[in-house]
Amino acid sequence: MQRQLANMKQSLFDQGYLDEQFIQLEELQDDANPNFVEEVVTLYYRDSARLIHNIEQALEKNPLDFGKLDSYMHQFKGSSSSIGAKKVKIECTQFREYCRTGNAEGCKKTFQQLKKEYATLKKKLEVYFQVARQAGPVEKACRPK
Amino acid sequence: MDSSGFSSPRTDCFPAGLRVLVVDDDPTWLKILEKMLKKCNYEVTTCNLAREALDLLRERKDGFDIVISDVNMPDMDGFKLLEHVGLEMDLPVIMMSVDGETSRVMKGVQHGACDYLLKPIRMKELRNIWQHVFRKRIHEVRDIEGHESLEELQMMRSGIEQSDDGYFFSGDLVSGKKRKDADNKHDDRVCGDPSSVKKARVVWTVDLHQKFVKAVNQIGFEKVGPKKILDLMGVPWLTRENVASHLQKYRLYLSRLQKENELKATFGGTKNSDISSKDPTGNVCLQNSIAQNATTVQQNILAKESYAVSGQNILIHNDEPKICEGNGKVIPSMPTTVSKKALFGDTADLAKSSTSRISFNHSFGPLDSDVKSEPKIQAEYSWSAEVPSFQFKQEHTAHFHSDHGFDHLPLPMHHNQVDSLERSLAHNPGTSSKESDTRAQAGLNNRRNQGIKNVTQAENTAALFSVQPESHLTDCHAIDPIQCSIWNSKNHCLQQNLFDDLQSSQRNLLAGTGSALRLWGEEFNDYSSQGDFYPPNTFLGNIDPFGYSNHELIADVPPNLYESLKFDSEYPTDPVEYPIDQGLYIA
Repeated sequence: MQRQLANMKQSLFDQGYLDEQFIQLEELQDDANPNFVEEVVTLYYRDSARLIHNIEQALEKNPLDFGKLDSYMHQFKGSSSSIGAKKVKIECTQFREYCRTGNAEGCKKTFQQLKKEYATLKKKLEVYFQVARQAGPVEKACRPK
Repeated sequence: MDSSGFSSPRTDCFPAGLRVLVVDDDPTWLKILEKMLKKCNYEVTTCNLAREALDLLRERKDGFDIVISDVNMPDMDGFKLLEHVGLEMDLPVIMMSVDGETSRVMKGVQHGACDYLLKPIRMKELRNIWQHVFRKRIHEVRDIEGHESLEELQMMRSGIEQSDDGYFFSGDLVSGKKRKDADNKHDDRVCGDPSSVKKARVVWTVDLHQKFVKAVNQIGFEKVGPKKILDLMGVPWLTRENVASHLQKYRLYLSRLQKENELKATFGGTKNSDISSKDPTGNVCLQNSIAQNATTVQQNILAKESYAVSGQNILIHNDEPKICEGNGKVIPSMPTTVSKKALFGDTADLAKSSTSRISFNHSFGPLDSDVKSEPKIQAEYSWSAEVPSFQFKQEHTAHFHSDHGFDHLPLPMHHNQVDSLERSLAHNPGTSSKESDTRAQAGLNNRRNQGIKNVTQAENTAALFSVQPESHLTDCHAIDPIQCSIWNSKNHCLQQNLFDDLQSSQRNLLAGTGSALRLWGEEFNDYSSQGDFYPPNTFLGNIDPFGYSNHELIADVPPNLYESLKFDSEYPTDPVEYPIDQGLYIA
């Protein structure tokens, strides 16, 4: 079970879904907060849903308010950096770049991609936490090789 | 919050127990940072709104060692928060953002951030933040090196870690006092010689700030530099670094004020912003030159004059409503307009009524000098909240000043009453207006008596006295608010001098308090601009301790308030006019 968990995590890193920050979170997990990582990730998905909604609405405006979009995406990127959602963050950066150049099409396209990555990661992490719970608290944070 | 509570653990195992305030609108980061900081054995307080953070900081002035703030927050720009914290609390602030653009980081540093962390923030970075607190303390210790041996002794006794003022002077304090008391006490201790305000941390008291601004004024804002200011200020223990950092904050503050006013100003944005940005300067200049340059003889004369003027007080007051009318912004019949809600000054309208109320309250409420002073403070908030109607404020301030001086001095201070009354004012706005009305009546009588009494005291200065009130009246009648403000400042000076005469030491105390109050006043501009308004609470929290700690202190608070008011309002005074005024006094 532990090995399965380690493998899952490894593949999340290998495929570029997560970055170092996730390890940081795992290192913060202790007896006082045995489910710290999961709590943080849950919080992230709860809070970012609001942001995604805001961005979706802003993207329906015509013409696009790039300043506003950029500011939303800035927030979203900040949030995503908290759990180490690497792929999501990359999309955020791309999105902001399009905001800077005023590329509406680019923004919209990137946003679709972003949502996809966001949802994929969510699913993968859900499975991961499920396994982690089954594996029990013995699991210790370990850096992927 | 309690200095003595923290000080010992802090010395024992610094940096454990470092009190960190984290401000971020992102709940995820807040949670992570809290956990990280706790792992560092720091004491963490989190806050998801900048405004809330500021309230918290004001409430617990010495309750934190360092602030970590996000740059982008919906309710208040992190830079603005940073600026406030720098000016008011002088705490190290670390900014954080996911954005690492050089310009952003630069902005943070320019605004006084001691560090700028990029998200995702790592444990190791947080583990190290104590260095900023430590560095600051080292600087502070260095600042006071070479000062009185007594000071040094105390320093050594309390150790480097405890060199922040709260603990530092706790030996002088009655146990159970809060740190902010300590601050004031400290000022108290040093009183009698303003140039000897020494502290581990340089606290820019009103006195000191005045000197600073005066120097800036003399040099000219464009050509100003820390060294020049330092030379002009002539405060031996102050270092070039102290001045430089204060100058930086001051500039930032002015530029922000200017920006704000450009946005807010309803009558001639540019004009107003100019006024506001230079306010402190002009006003301080006025005060200073009179207070400091005046010979003792002049001071005596002035003092007497102010007594004498109080005889004319009623007249003056009566005129004031008219002035307001002239500007078309206030309903002349003050007592009726007096709005209790105004105390809280949530909106511009309210603020208007509150201002009128203030003036009345103050002019007619001599029953209890302290009572008056407190309401004023609140009034001050409401009015400064009312950024747009600038000229307005000035006039009202005028009332304020003048009234105050008179009520205040002759009367004994009942600080307990003050506090309770003040509370009732603040908390039961509904009843307050009644109260003030009643008081107004009683006060009127009182005042008359008082005035008479004072006039007799004035005796030989009769001639001076007659000249003086005229000038006041003239000013008052002139609808031009600028004139009014001049008048205010004059009165203020009188007061100031009076105080000097009566008890120079008290003045220092006042100065100390004043600086804090002034800052509050300034902050409230921001509050108002953002629509939220919590001043009464904050204020109460902060001011009460003064009252309890020292009866005299309270008596002194009001003059400082004036000072703070002036900062905001009196710059419009035409510099040319100022000398003339002074001339009048001297004559």
